[in-house]
Amino acid sequence: MTTQDTKPRSKTSGSQFSYTPQDGLLLEVEDLFVEFHTRDGVATAINGVSFNLHQGESLAILGESGSGKSVTAQAVMGILDMPPAVIPAGHIRYCGQDLLSMPDEQRRLTRGPEISMIFQDALSSLNPVFPVGWQIAEMFRTHRGMNKSDAIEQAIQLMERVSIPAARERVKAYPHQFSGGMRQRIMIAMAIALDPAVLIADEPTTALDVTVQAQIMALLQELQEERQMGLILITHDLGVVADVADRIAVMYAGRLVETATVHELYASPAHPYTRGLLESIPRLDQKGQTLAAIGGLPPNLMRIPPGCPFNPRCRMAQDVCRTDLPPLREVVPGRFSACHFAEEVINA
Amino acid sequence: MPEVILSAQELVKHYPIKKGVLRRTAGQVKAVDGVSFDLHKGETLGIVGESGCGKSTLGRLLMRLEEPTAGKVIFEGADWSSASGREMRRMRRDIQIVFQDPYTSLNPRMTVGDIIGEPFEIHKDVVPKGGRRRRVQELLDLVGLNPEHINRYPHQFSGGQRQRIGIARGIALNPKVLVCDEPVSALDVSVQAQVVNLMEKLQDELGLAYVFIAHDLSVVRHISDRVGVMYLGRMAELGEEDEVYSRPTHPYTQALLSAVPVPDPTLRGKRDQIVLVGDVPSPANPPSGCRFHTRCWKAQELCSQEEPQLEMRADGAGEHLSACHFAEPRTIVETVDVSDLEPDARFVATDLRDDALAADAPVDLDQMAERSGQLHGDAGYAPQEVTRLIDEQPGDHRPSDG
Repeated sequence: MTTQDTKPRSKTSGSQFSYTPQDGLLLEVEDLFVEFHTRDGVATAINGVSFNLHQGESLAILGESGSGKSVTAQAVMGILDMPPAVIPAGHIRYCGQDLLSMPDEQRRLTRGPEISMIFQDALSSLNPVFPVGWQIAEMFRTHRGMNKSDAIEQAIQLMERVSIPAARERVKAYPHQFSGGMRQRIMIAMAIALDPAVLIADEPTTALDVTVQAQIMALLQELQEERQMGLILITHDLGVVADVADRIAVMYAGRLVETATVHELYASPAHPYTRGLLESIPRLDQKGQTLAAIGGLPPNLMRIPPGCPFNPRCRMAQDVCRTDLPPLREVVPGRFSACHFAEEVINA
Repeated sequence: MPEVILSAQELVKHYPIKKGVLRRTAGQVKAVDGVSFDLHKGETLGIVGESGCGKSTLGRLLMRLEEPTAGKVIFEGADWSSASGREMRRMRRDIQIVFQDPYTSLNPRMTVGDIIGEPFEIHKDVVPKGGRRRRVQELLDLVGLNPEHINRYPHQFSGGQRQRIGIARGIALNPKVLVCDEPVSALDVSVQAQVVNLMEKLQDELGLAYVFIAHDLSVVRHISDRVGVMYLGRMAELGEEDEVYSRPTHPYTQALLSAVPVPDPTLRGKRDQIVLVGDVPSPANPPSGCRFHTRCWKAQELCSQEEPQLEMRADGAGEHLSACHFAEPRTIVETVDVSDLEPDARFVATDLRDDALAADAPVDLDQMAERSGQLHGDAGYAPQEVTRLIDEQPGDHRPSDG
């Protein structure tokens, strides 16, 4: 027996497991719950979230810090630290197969070739003691069993694809020798290396300056179109969403409060929280604008108020909002809102 | 225009780069390299620019937290940059600062009362000793916090509330100028608007002049009367808010404006897009001539040879200050005047106070994790991991709002 046969790295993922999307449906998240068990109690970070992602589609998950948007991404990617995280209920299906009940080894092989992720902070996500080319090439060596020089050659091509100037000369450079924007390009190169069907981008441009942000978002869009990936964009930036997304899911306190296409959502939000967010951001193209701030703070995830979690901050709240949790329901065809008075909000 | 209260004159700040065993100076980082502007009474001057452009150093120079390498800061006619320690302390009463990070700028071991009251310890004659506590409570009330929370510690407040505490400390001595260094960039969007509105209210009530330093061009447009755009330690463009945003003449301003996403999907693909190539050059070795010429699509030979001066240049409807040899106006964003538009009252928070809600939710997950770590004295326990997973990313301070 050669060493090649015993090492799992010699496996190529495609040969063992295959995934074919049905009608373009890549990802189904169904009634997902994530809790964090800590000594002070249980924090419910995700509270029954469901959404789908199709091939070539850009879905933005919009929310403030603590809304559960990043935890959702990490649950899909399978990189939550468990414990303290616990997934007490829910399904995450990739091409019809439930990732949560999959054996660990099979799940591991989905990370990279099927689903991959880029993070906000490229500097802390890249390993500082290895050259960037080596880190990109690792994808090919581990998942495709490629030899070192072929893998490096592939890495150079990828670096060129994400527009890193003088890629061949810089393949041996270390992460600290690159600027923030270039590091983010390297992360993108790693994420797309194995041609994933789903790319999750968690606040990919939050740490970058606006001119660099524009470059990175343009690159992401271009790659998505070229490869027909399903893109999940996790962000708090309503401006970036308007530029990139097809569909938006708005999260608040671990729940989806509204989903809609990007045009519908900006034209007529169907949840008071979304509406509040849109009115509280200053716009570059407006002058003399009155900022309508949302009062108060998002709730403590250990003590989410009864009824609608947004009710203490909502100016429209009635008695029913303080007692009954509004389900996410279809308000008009294709548009979902978790507000008892969604019809009133949408027509406001 | 009201009288000039603060004036920066050719301010320069170079930081030496030390090298070798003998720590010889091998070069200079030219953080701020000849910046001049006037700040008028009661106005807001916004300073925008990308990271590394020197905007924060400029703020610290105005406060004299850094000594300028050259140039002057004139406050009410007196040269502040050469004032003695005693004079400087007296003048500091009139110029205060609010820092970006509400998590590190407040001492975690001091109560809110001590933090906001500390300026009165140094400037003893502002409020008589017996009245200090009451004055602190007035200030808390003014910034929309519950005066009864005077004995609480910073960790018991959210990010937005902590920034209010920082603002209360900044206005404690009734200053005339408040330098705000990225005061809202660490805050969540829904909380950011609360703090921006608070700052506008305080300006109206107290007649403060703000130097508002930020990288977010939309926020700066909203709050500023005049705006300065910085690039690599120099002022590229300076003018009234509408001049800079509606009729920018400097290519850098134009590129910057075109890169800012606008929350309106109907504009997708229809906006004037200028994609700059490359990164900002190092301020240790700025390009010759016009510092922007290495990334500028209009650059000609003249630009690499001769540095353009910040002077009045035509912008189509008038003129304003711009430092480009080939300055010409270009409309990047179609400005819509919405000053008559009132937001729907059903979705607006009418008062600035949020303590009623805060009292109910004073502890967030980060704090809880931290606290349990401290209480149990258990370094192996994973409070940080909990924090990180709930957070957006490690090192991002924004999450504690939630």
